[in-house]
Amino acid sequence: MSIIPAPIVRFYHQTASPPFFYSLSNKLLPWLTAIFLMLLGYGLYAGLYLAPTDYQQGDSYRIIYVHVPAAWMSLFIYVVMAVAGAISLIWRMKIADVVLISSAPIGASFTFIALVTGSLWGKPMWGTWWVWDARLTSELILLFLYLGVISLYGAIEDKRTASRAVAILALVGVVNIPIIHYSVQWWNTLHQGPTVTKMDKPSIHLDMLIPLLVMATAFKFYYAIAMLQVAKVEILLREQNTQWVKKLLEKK
Amino acid sequence: MSAFFAVIRRDLILAFRRRAEIANPLFFFILVVTLFPLGVGANPKLLQAMAPGVIWVSALLAVMLSLDSLFRSDFDDGSLEQMLLSSHPLTVLVMAKIIAHWLVTGLPLLVVAPLLAIFLGLPEQALGTLLLTLVLATPVLSLIGSIGVSLTVGLRRGGMIISLLVLPLYVPVLIFASNAVEMAGNGLAVDAQINILVAIFFMSAVLAPLPAAAALKMSVN
Amino acid sequence: MNSFAEFLAMGGYGFYVWTSYAISFVVLLLNVIVPMAQRKQLLRELALKQKRAK
Repeated sequence: MSIIPAPIVRFYHQTASPPFFYSLSNKLLPWLTAIFLMLLGYGLYAGLYLAPTDYQQGDSYRIIYVHVPAAWMSLFIYVVMAVAGAISLIWRMKIADVVLISSAPIGASFTFIALVTGSLWGKPMWGTWWVWDARLTSELILLFLYLGVISLYGAIEDKRTASRAVAILALVGVVNIPIIHYSVQWWNTLHQGPTVTKMDKPSIHLDMLIPLLVMATAFKFYYAIAMLQVAKVEILLREQNTQWVKKLLEKK
Repeated sequence: MSAFFAVIRRDLILAFRRRAEIANPLFFFILVVTLFPLGVGANPKLLQAMAPGVIWVSALLAVMLSLDSLFRSDFDDGSLEQMLLSSHPLTVLVMAKIIAHWLVTGLPLLVVAPLLAIFLGLPEQALGTLLLTLVLATPVLSLIGSIGVSLTVGLRRGGMIISLLVLPLYVPVLIFASNAVEMAGNGLAVDAQINILVAIFFMSAVLAPLPAAAALKMSVN
Repeated sequence: MNSFAEFLAMGGYGFYVWTSYAISFVVLLLNVIVPMAQRKQLLRELALKQKRAK
């Protein structure tokens, strides 16, 4: 513990306080938005315009600049939810609960985007709107895992109990995700249809890779922005009877 | 340790008192399998190709529907709270309840499975593998299912949400079990699939009671 | 790609590419706008409750 400088430790403890977290979010959001828009702007420009046309897939491959970052985010956010769940269960941190439940709809949205853009990419390539390939099937199951978290939280009336329930569920889910992913991949190799999936390119040209990484980074900033927006609402709901919220209302 | 066996014994006696209910998952299992030929037509080749998957999906659904009985009556009459308050480790008691539950709902499915194999024209050489996968994987279904049930035991109508929570987690078991049966039907080796099922069995036996116990503590309070 | 028309056409795949980006854009936009609107609504409701309580 002594290797981490004291101000950082203090800051970490401070973020556990809802009013501090709330005002910190407000301060961070403009910066996060600015960085996000810059990254997004460059990513779209590089991906849609600068990157060369693919030899095999023509210009349809450009869908990867939203499809792949969305798929990465769908997994990343679930892991964040699991970490938040662990923090919540071990240290009973309210803000961890807030981060978890705020992230769920965003993670589900990214999963949805990955599925829809995957279909839209697949249709011109394979001729059908849906193929049971490993990635799309895994994403579909991941969507159900997200919907499970959201449904369970909504179904339990006492929100403190609900938070603990989804924390447990997120941890159980995150352990299962690699197992599910591996088994779906295994299953896919057995039932390989006549079309081979071209989604996993073995080596990718640098000009095509850079926009992908920029979009992936942009999406991470987006996640922070969207999550904090939801978190602010969640905090107000949970803390509505506290003094600091009452003061906040008086200021407006 | 004696508490462990006492709980198993108690649950079995309670289940025996309502032994008519033991038949319900069995009937469901048979019924669902019967629906498939009615739905897709009686083409023997088609049914034979679908048999491993159909039998396994139906078994999975039958187990899932029976999960509610795992904690429901104990929750309703307060025995669950007693178990939580007792000095015995909750994970041990949960494990005992899961074992009793499987003996009553999962194990009987094995009795019926050969009949269903005949219905769907499953090759005889696959029958042994079918029974083996059922023995290995239905306990896993009870174990994983117990997590879903314990998270929702406090809800008034937790039934539908249990399927949403639990079915995604069932996917690996379904994939390996149905594939093993299919390969066995074709006379191919199934060592890899069986080994994976064994690994999944041990992993869930060790890991599943922990979140289930944690969720019960949280649900009951 | 030389002209804007060519850019829109995306080598014949325009529908798929632009629909993908459009859906992504809409979903992500909603995920930010909806909570912002919810917050304004919630603050209004809480402020009203507070006034009535006084």
